[in-house]
Amino acid sequence: MHMNEFTQILLLFFSTVLVNNFILVQFLGICPFLGVSKQVGTAFSMGMATTFVMTLTAAATWLINTFILEALNLPFLQYVSFIIVIASLVQFVEMFIKKTSPVLYKALGIYLPLITTNCAILGLALQIPLNNYGFIASVVFGFGAGVGFTLAIVLMAGLRENLEFGDVPSALKGVPITLIIAGLMAMAFMGFSGMISV
Amino acid sequence: MKQLIADFKNGLWQENPIIKLVIGMCPTLAVTNTAINGLAMGLATSFVLISSEIVISLIKKLIPNNVRIPSYILIIASFVTFTDYFMKAFVPDIASSLSLFIPLIVVNCLILGRQEAFASKNPVHRSIADAVGMGLGFTWVLVALSIVRELLGMGSVFGIQLLGSWYQPMIIMILPAGAFISLGILIGIMNVISSREG
Repeated sequence: MHMNEFTQILLLFFSTVLVNNFILVQFLGICPFLGVSKQVGTAFSMGMATTFVMTLTAAATWLINTFILEALNLPFLQYVSFIIVIASLVQFVEMFIKKTSPVLYKALGIYLPLITTNCAILGLALQIPLNNYGFIASVVFGFGAGVGFTLAIVLMAGLRENLEFGDVPSALKGVPITLIIAGLMAMAFMGFSGMISV
Repeated sequence: MKQLIADFKNGLWQENPIIKLVIGMCPTLAVTNTAINGLAMGLATSFVLISSEIVISLIKKLIPNNVRIPSYILIIASFVTFTDYFMKAFVPDIASSLSLFIPLIVVNCLILGRQEAFASKNPVHRSIADAVGMGLGFTWVLVALSIVRELLGMGSVFGIQLLGSWYQPMIIMILPAGAFISLGILIGIMNVISSREG
């Protein structure tokens, strides 16, 4: 690969992870971010499973969009076909994890099938045609989005584990305090915004 | 009739999707930077919710139990595609500022959740009452949150300048960090109100 292209890909990766973080900057995937961020271990497994699905989704939806939807001029089928692809991929990942690691399968529980309705996945699939990425860029974008998701959810889980010992006003317990912490994290991530411009 | 009113009122406060059930968080945070965006998003989501609840409660007996979730998602995705094309044609400015979050109505847990919890078990007239109540419950929180954010962040409401030139706008309120923090505080206030009630 040409050197310049390689730098471009690297920049795309880091800007997806830090500057345009899916959770803290683009508000995609808030439900698992609030729901599965109580313990670092589970948050990390969730992040890994989501990263896996995101990378596969990026590749699969790029192929379908380029060779079927654009080739046959069927843009109005985009939402319907992408959601079917995502649902089948999640089903596939679920069967794969169940076969290879029953322990992880148990730990993820209900959150595994719920990856289908994680808006970060569909959001990712829809952003690829908007940004006109090529195949490799799409896969890197998907992987970067997953890594950014994992980073945010693991950081949040670490903070929430410590929060257990804090004295939180009863009205703010649970969701409200989590949202306020997320706001502070989002402010911290704003510091990355002029770092890379793609 | 009493039953219908109870179904309708359920979504407004008691089981309000955002405040009490904490679902549908991504659009709640992402599009509430101006009051007009919040209102448009609330109405678009309500339309999809009402039409899919009607269709699903009409054909619930025809859908085999094993494939009900994929069938619901396909019905929802079709209504979302319709809404998206409609908004692009008639209100292009709003459609472009909501951008990705219109197609992402497909994976809004609120919509799928109501199909599974209500429309698949109840007759059409009750489903309509439930959908209208839930839709309005979603919309009012979105509008309330976006009015606060727009007022503090830009000194205006629905684009009309309310605060004079003496007011120094808090830009943070219309950025991601402000979204998290103001929703956290809003849910906190609602918790105080409902603990006084009970």
